[in-house]
Amino acid sequence: MRKRVLLIEDEPNIIQAISFILSRDGWTVDTHADGQTAVAEVARRTPDIVILDVMLPNRSGFDILADLRADEATRALPVLMLTARGQKRDRELAERFGASRFMTKPFSNAEVLDCVRELTGS
Amino acid sequence: MIGFNILVLVCLAYVAVLFTVAFAAEKRAERGEVGWLRSPIVYTLSLSIYCTAWTFYGAVGYAVRSGLEFVTIYLGPTLVMVGWWWVVRKLVRIGRSQRITSIADLISSRYGKSNLLGVLVTLLAVIGTTPYIALQLQSVALSFSVFSGDEAAVWDAGNLKNTALLVAAGLAVFTILFGTRRLDANERHHGVVTAIALEAVVKLVALLAVGIFVVWGVAGGAGDIVARIDASGVAEWNLAGGRWTTLIFLSAAAFLCLPRMFQVMVVENADERHVAVASWAFPLYLFLMSLFVIPIAVVGLDVLPGGNPDLYVLTVPLSLGQDNLAMLSFLGGFSSATSMVIVAAIALSTMVSNHIVMPIWLNLRRGGATVSGDVRNVVLLSRRVSIGAVLALGYLYFKLSGGGAALAAIGLISFAGVAQVLPSLLGGLFWRGATRAGAALGLTIGFAIWAYTLFLPSFGDTFVMSAAMLQDGPFGIAWLRPRALFGFDGLDPVVHAVFWSMVLNTGAFLLGSVFSFPEPLERLQGAQFVNVFEHSPNAPGWSRGLAEAEDLLIMSQRILGASEAQALFRGAAERQGKGGYLPDTTPDFIELLERELAGSVGAATAHAMIGQIVGGSVVSVEDLMAVADETAQIMEVSSRLKTQSEELSRTAGQLRDANEKLTALSIQKDAFLSQISHELRTPMTSIRAFSEILMSGPMTEEEQTKFSKIIHDEAIRLTRLLDDLLDLSVLENGQVTLNWQTADLHDVLERAVTSTVSMAGDRGLEIIRDPSVERVALVTDSDRLAQVFINLIANARKYCTAQNPILRIVVSDGGAGVNVDFIDNGSGIPRPSQSVIFEKFSRLSDKSQAGGAGLGLAICREIMVKLGGSVTYLPGQGGAAFRVALPRAQARAAQ
Repeated sequence: MRKRVLLIEDEPNIIQAISFILSRDGWTVDTHADGQTAVAEVARRTPDIVILDVMLPNRSGFDILADLRADEATRALPVLMLTARGQKRDRELAERFGASRFMTKPFSNAEVLDCVRELTGS
Repeated sequence: MIGFNILVLVCLAYVAVLFTVAFAAEKRAERGEVGWLRSPIVYTLSLSIYCTAWTFYGAVGYAVRSGLEFVTIYLGPTLVMVGWWWVVRKLVRIGRSQRITSIADLISSRYGKSNLLGVLVTLLAVIGTTPYIALQLQSVALSFSVFSGDEAAVWDAGNLKNTALLVAAGLAVFTILFGTRRLDANERHHGVVTAIALEAVVKLVALLAVGIFVVWGVAGGAGDIVARIDASGVAEWNLAGGRWTTLIFLSAAAFLCLPRMFQVMVVENADERHVAVASWAFPLYLFLMSLFVIPIAVVGLDVLPGGNPDLYVLTVPLSLGQDNLAMLSFLGGFSSATSMVIVAAIALSTMVSNHIVMPIWLNLRRGGATVSGDVRNVVLLSRRVSIGAVLALGYLYFKLSGGGAALAAIGLISFAGVAQVLPSLLGGLFWRGATRAGAALGLTIGFAIWAYTLFLPSFGDTFVMSAAMLQDGPFGIAWLRPRALFGFDGLDPVVHAVFWSMVLNTGAFLLGSVFSFPEPLERLQGAQFVNVFEHSPNAPGWSRGLAEAEDLLIMSQRILGASEAQALFRGAAERQGKGGYLPDTTPDFIELLERELAGSVGAATAHAMIGQIVGGSVVSVEDLMAVADETAQIMEVSSRLKTQSEELSRTAGQLRDANEKLTALSIQKDAFLSQISHELRTPMTSIRAFSEILMSGPMTEEEQTKFSKIIHDEAIRLTRLLDDLLDLSVLENGQVTLNWQTADLHDVLERAVTSTVSMAGDRGLEIIRDPSVERVALVTDSDRLAQVFINLIANARKYCTAQNPILRIVVSDGGAGVNVDFIDNGSGIPRPSQSVIFEKFSRLSDKSQAGGAGLGLAICREIMVKLGGSVTYLPGQGGAAFRVALPRAQARAAQ
């Protein structure tokens, strides 16, 4: 069974890039571009891993992460956070809210791929 | 016979010795070696200024005229010193603890620091003392005339007056030199006191020498002289009880109240214990002074039956060829006169200066600006002027009265005048109920009656009072006759005047005190005066006690600050080998503390404050003036400090504001950098990701093309972002150079529309304009203005959500200028967002379609500000609507 990734990101070109890389590696990639409905989307899709952007329309990635960690069902779900702001404070916030990994854009494709594999133990 | 010139030389030499002694004493005192300068003997000798020329020469004349009555003049002070020494001791104690500078100061101080009383007593003292000074000048002038016997023809009244003038001037110089060398808070004059002590010795020695010569040189010894006395009428006990009692009372009262006596007895007193010695030594001195009065009188009557008995002391040795003795006698008389005049001038000048000149000066100055001149200099100057004035008055009195017999009676008249202070003085010392009103009333009435019954009539019927008035009373009212007040006829004038003035004075004082209510300060002062022995312990100088140390610490903390004061006290306690914060209040420690405090509040204030606690003493006029001066300086400094601190707090406020602005700017900057980072990293992420994909392996050609295009687009997006950022930065920093020129609005719009069409746009946008109203001439930077228009048109093209997007460009006269509105038919911008669209990076909608970094409107706003106009969102137009306003001034300038 192919593992599933839920990519929550609003920048079309980046969605396309990450989707391409992961699909090629054999992942099933679902995408979602809105912050407000992201948590519900996770619950609906029950992915193996979530890739979460910080600056999303309508709701911050950190809030979404906090909700995910508050819920028993998604407490242990691997979450890889991506941000384009790349400031120290964002990294700290990500750690505090319980991100499994934190990456700054621009990233190397191999790094993302390795990270996703590692977090899902595959 | 001694030549007149030799006399003058001897006289000058004597004066030179006096100057030297006084100067040496001052120097010693300045070096702090007071020692014998302040011994009980010097104190006792200084009291001898009681014996003036009136006693030195006059006692013999008195004896010749009135027999033994002259003894009363010595009996009064003797009774005071022997029987009433405790009154003197109380006076001295109060004088020290209250820092009293004169009898006027004492009365004023006792009755609530009333200056009215100070002025009254001062006037009384001046009026009472001036004739007395004149008397001294006359005696010196007369004694000179005795020696000029050979040239009697030329020694006329004019010479007498000239001599008196020279003496007065010389005395003024001496008194100013040694009486006002500096302004001492305790008003002690070591030089003067030492000089008058020396003079006291000279006059006693002189009188004793003349007496011994008379008894053993002229007469045949003690037995012979007794026989001669018995033979003459001089020694008859012509006892008129009333007159004797009155005279003894008068001399006793004068001894306590005379300004000069108060000066040496109280003000110059260095140690209370000296009073004990003086209580027997001074009566002894008086006894010696009076011992040979009768013998000299008797022998004088024998030797010079027709001579002036007032000058027997001088003329008897002279006529018997005893030149040297006569010279000594002359110096004795000279000493008596000068010492009295010097001390009287000091005492009077202190009173005049403190109670009349300084209050007036302070009042005059109050209105003006605070001159921070040294008040002490003013005080010293006024003292000096006062001394000159007092001596000038004395000389004038001598000159106008013509000398002679008119002056002879002045001694007792003067005594009676100053005796008016006695009720207020004794009442103030022993009766807490005595009030200012009572004292003022008593003094005024006593003074008036004295003047009416004794002083004015003493001028005879030529001055103020007519013969008729003296005979029948004013306006013929018999019971108001000056010499028979209320019909009491046949009394001796002095007895009459003393009786009435003292009775009415005392009565008014008592009644006034009983029926008036003292003010708080009076009560306080009254208690301190009456209970002076309870307030201050017997030891001279500072007293000791733990309670005081504590009080001092509390006070010092207020002035120096808690930590510094505690450190100072603990240090002092440690040096004394004690623990804790409370050292013994030794003189050393008090001195140290005073110095420390003086650094903060000024010396006078520090002394006064410490004095209040340690000595329970009260502040003197000099202290107050010095404090006032210091306070003025401190106030000046503190007002400067206040201004400075206001400036500082203003500056601090500005700094705070600036800091807040900087903080806000810094937060904005952080947010801005964060935004820029995001805007730059996002396209770079795509570029990097797709580059890696392209490099990583096989893919379809279609994919390859697609990915390459994404990389290309994102690279352009990056470039545009950088362009915008640079543009904005230039605009915001004000470094932009605007190319002002005349332009036509229509042309600018045309250019903008054309260039947006040429931009690759897959969405069709219809633009509706009315070129007929667009012909408006402008003075502007047309490139920049076009940039704004392009931005607005491009936004409409990008964001208009209508099926068939339409943009209307409407030019209208906007009152203040020309308005160019850009209105599309889309859904518009929601109200909450309208206020933020002009901020940087405030892109609202989906990123994919934007193609910009969200800087466009921010740049437009900056450009319009630079062009003197504005760009605003126009709500309520259906779609999104922006208004560009160009001010009329620009429009008009182009026409």
